[in-house]
Order: sequence, then C-alpha cells, then structure tokens
Amino acid sequence: MKRFNRKNIIAIVGLIIFYFLINFLINMGIIDSYLQLNIVIIGINIILAVSLNLVTGFTGQFSLGHAAFMSIGAYTSAILTAKLGQPFILSIMLSGIAAALAGIFIGVPTLRLKGDYLAIATLGFGEIIRILALNIDYIGGAIGFNDIPQYTNWTWIFIFTVATVMLIHNFNKSYHGRACAAIREDEIAAEAMGVNTTYYKVLAFAMGAFFAGIAGALYANYFYFIKPDSFGFMKSIDILVIVVFGGMGSIAGSILGAIVLSIISSFLQNIPELRMVIYSLILFGIMVYRPTGLIGNQRLRTHKKKKEAKLNVGVESKESI
Amino acid sequence: MKQLLQQLINGLSLGSIYALIALGYTMVYGIINLINFAHGEIYMVGAYVGFALTTFFDLGFFPSLIASMLVCSLLGMLIEKIAYKPIRNSTRIAALITAISVSLFLQYTMVYFVKPDTRTFPEVLTNKKLSFFNGSILLDVKNIYIVLITVILMVALQYIVHKTKIGKAMRAVSIDKEAAQLMGINADQVISFTFAIGSALAGAAGVLVGVYYNTINPLMGVAPGLKAFVAAVLGGIGIIPGAVFGGFFLGMTETMVSAYGGSIFKDAVAFGILILVLLIKPNGLLGKATREKV
Repeated sequence: MKRFNRKNIIAIVGLIIFYFLINFLINMGIIDSYLQLNIVIIGINIILAVSLNLVTGFTGQFSLGHAAFMSIGAYTSAILTAKLGQPFILSIMLSGIAAALAGIFIGVPTLRLKGDYLAIATLGFGEIIRILALNIDYIGGAIGFNDIPQYTNWTWIFIFTVATVMLIHNFNKSYHGRACAAIREDEIAAEAMGVNTTYYKVLAFAMGAFFAGIAGALYANYFYFIKPDSFGFMKSIDILVIVVFGGMGSIAGSILGAIVLSIISSFLQNIPELRMVIYSLILFGIMVYRPTGLIGNQRLRTHKKKKEAKLNVGVESKESI
Repeated sequence: MKQLLQQLINGLSLGSIYALIALGYTMVYGIINLINFAHGEIYMVGAYVGFALTTFFDLGFFPSLIASMLVCSLLGMLIEKIAYKPIRNSTRIAALITAISVSLFLQYTMVYFVKPDTRTFPEVLTNKKLSFFNGSILLDVKNIYIVLITVILMVALQYIVHKTKIGKAMRAVSIDKEAAQLMGINADQVISFTFAIGSALAGAAGVLVGVYYNTINPLMGVAPGLKAFVAAVLGGIGIIPGAVFGGFFLGMTETMVSAYGGSIFKDAVAFGILILVLLIKPNGLLGKATREKV
C-alpha cells in the first residue's frame, strides 16, 4: 500500500484546512468560550470513545471501567503540571503511560474473564480506583484537586484527537488489529489459529487505557479542577453509550456518536431538572430502535468500492457482547 | 469480644438487606441473562412507598411492608414488559445499556417528583433495645425484625421455587428456555413472575432499610444495588442460595472492615473481594464450573 496515495493526501490537507479554519474562527472571536468548551468536550469524548471502541468494539472485551483510566491520566497530569511544574507535553505522555501500566496491571488478571463477568470485574476496579483517589490526601481526596494550570486549547485537542483516531485506525487495519478482530469473532477459533489471545487482549486493553489517560490529562488541564467522583461508574457508562450509539467497531461511528451526544447533552444543560430523565429516554430509544448504533458494524466507506462494504454485513458478533 | 458480637448483629442486618436485593438480581440473571441495573431503583421505590404509606396514610409497619412489596412487584413487571421485552433478543451490551437507562429514568424521575433531599423515615417500630451481658451488648428490636422478615421471605421464596408449579416452570425456563416453551410453559409469563418476585423482595428490603437507618433519598439505590449485585456474583449468579450466602458474607465483611478501622475503604473491600473471587472461582463461591464447548 502506498503511504502517500491520493486519498491520504486529501485527508491530510482537509484536516489542516479544518484546523486553521477553527483556529481562525477562535481568533476572530466568532467561536466564543462556550462553543470552545463544547469543542474541547467533543474532542475528549472522541478520544475516549475511540479508545474504548478498540477494547469493546474491535477486540470484543466488555469494559465498564474506562473512566478509571481517564482518572489515572487526569491525576497524573494534574500532579505533574500543578505540583511538579513539568511541561504539558511530557505530562500528557506520562499520563498515557501511567494509565497504560494500570491497564496492563488490571488487564492481565481480569481479561481471563468473559462477557458479563469481565464487565463486573472492570467495574469493580474502576470503583476501587475511585475510592483510592477519594482517600489520598496528596491529590485532594474527596475535595478534589484544585488549581491545575490550563494548558489545553484547540491545538492540543486537535493534535491528540487526530493522532488517536489515526493510530487506532491504523492499528485495526494492521496484522495486530486483525488478530484482535479474530478474538472478537471467536476466541477459541482465534487461539486455534495461533493467535496469542492473552497478549492481544492485554495489548488492546493497554492501548485503550493509554488514550483514555491522554484524554484524562487533556480534561484535567482544561477544567482546572478534578474530583474522583467525576470519573465514577456513570462516566464509564457515558463513554460506553457513545461507543454503542455510534456503532460498535466503527471509528467513524464513535466520532459521530461523540459529536451528537455531546451536542445533545450540552442542550440538555438548559433544563437541569429534567436533563437525566430525557437522557435516559433517549438512551432507551436508541437501544430499542437502533441497537446496532448509527453506523452499525459497517465502516463508513466513501472512497472504496461497494463490493467490500457488502462483505462486512455479516460480521456482527452476537455471542460475547 | 463484646464489640465483635455487636458487629455481628449489625453485619447480620446489613447482610439481610443485601441478600434480599441480591436475590432479585440472581433470579433475573438466571432466567434471562440480564444484569438488571434497575433493581437498585426498585428497592429505592420500595422505600419511598413505605415512607409515603407510613407518613401520609398512617399505616402500620406490616401493612405498608406488604403494600410496598405489591407496588414493587407491579413496577418490576411493568419494567419488564415495557423495557426488557423488546430487547430480549438484542446484544448483551444493548441490554445492559437499556437496563442502565431504566435505572437512570427511575432515579431522576423520583428526583424530579420527590426532590433530591433526604427524608426521615417515621419510627414505625417500637424503639426498644434489649440488653445482654449487663448492657454491654445492645440488641435493637429492629435487628430482630429485619433478620426475621428476611428469613421468612427466603423460606417463602424457597417454597415457591421448589414446591410450586410456577417455581418448577421458573427452573425449567432458566435451564433451557426453548425446551421449556416446547413443553408448554408460557415463558413470558414465567419471566414476568420472576420479575414480580424479585422486585417484591427488593421492595421489602427498601422498607426495612427505611425503618432501620431512618433516612431515604432518591439516589439511595445506586450503592446498595451495585453491592447486592456484587453479592449475587460472589455467591454465584443465578444460584438462589448463592445470593443469600453472598449477601450475608458481604454484609459481615463490610461491617467488620468498618468496625476495625477501615471504614473509608469498606466499599473498595467489597469490590476487592469480588475481583479475587472472580479470579479464583469465576462462577462464584457456590457455583459449579462449566466447561466451554466449541
């Protein structure tokens, strides 16, 4: 495959134009701080959803603890930037690495479990990490971590969102990504074909955790303030909802889902007392009428021939998820 | 030693509550393989129904307990009919998110209607304390009520599941739904009935908690719901004695941990034990190992 074919060049040029367009609009003051806030939230949600999609959608491992990795990243970055005065890029990277290490630590024992049991175990780990964070005074405990310098802006969000999407997209198309897809479709068959299932499950889990950690770092350095309860069970569910709403195993779906759900929730902010009621009804409606999500299991293909899209219809896996 | 006995009593009461909620989880999971996240909210509704009946209608403890169980079983059946029936054949993850959406809906509808404030449950039981060993151990009458009611309900459940026709149908559906249907069992009815029973138990737990701890709020179902679920998994999900065992085990452990200095970590301990058990015996402490077939 040629690295610099026409499609890639168009995509890169398009992204660069998009970046400068938004940047220009921000500098002109057309995009006000409220819109900027929403753009940052959308970017962070895209990173979270795409990284969870790698674990749940592509590898078929049911995780309910994704917010825990986000919290690890957020706290690591908060400590590095606010307490130790490190540069932002370094703290982002270290946040990702810390979350990935936690992912390996959690993944190695729990990924032997399947389906609902794995979901419960990851839920348990997420709660444990939240409770630990509540009880460590160095990072503020239940009061929260205050006075984190605000470094995150449109440029950082853009760079890391695009990098996350590109890396995970390419990972899925690689040899390793196909191994992960094989595990999703049938773990026993994959193992029989010589796929080291434990290795790939942990790899996907650690990669998902890495990007969640980066999202956490971006989050912490945008909102000045983090507290353990913002990364609880409900946050994990929110991320999972984006993935399912967009369509399991579809990166374009996750991006679309993150954008749509972020916009919906920002509109719902105006009616705080009924916000969650409407949100739950929307969720229910999606699950009943469109359980495969917006884009289902078909990837959005604008440049490819139709024949390939047809082949993808039958890959929906029913058993493990 | 005295403290230990006192804590055992407290643990037994807390364990009864967990066990009652865990039974609903385990029965529903056993029959349709769904983690019913809305179960904790049914428990919350039960507490509120009990609160309303005792405060506004001046009903006694037992009539409101029974009324609350009835309301909860109706609510459980309604949830099953409206929310879970359409998604019975969809993917696990869709079912899970539906359950969570139902749970959120119940929580925040209650917040909307009864306001998020904590309310005080009226004293419906005589606040008598029996003292043993020259007053060094205090046994609240409420403790006796809770444990006694729990035991009665469990015996009744055991009777229904093992001695009645509908119980036999429940067991049949949980083993193999298709085969049970071929034998002339109306699976929909059985599933409805399972939800009704499980929800009634949760409603009873709600009233008991209101009586025992005296405070209720619309989000009170979240934490006990999760923990009762942990209890169900500990004992082996889908196994009725397992849920009871898991409930008491978790209640005891939590009380002991908070009594002996680790109160801030008591929630973490529950989940820690859960993970340990899942790693060592993934089917729960009382579960049988199943071999995966290709």
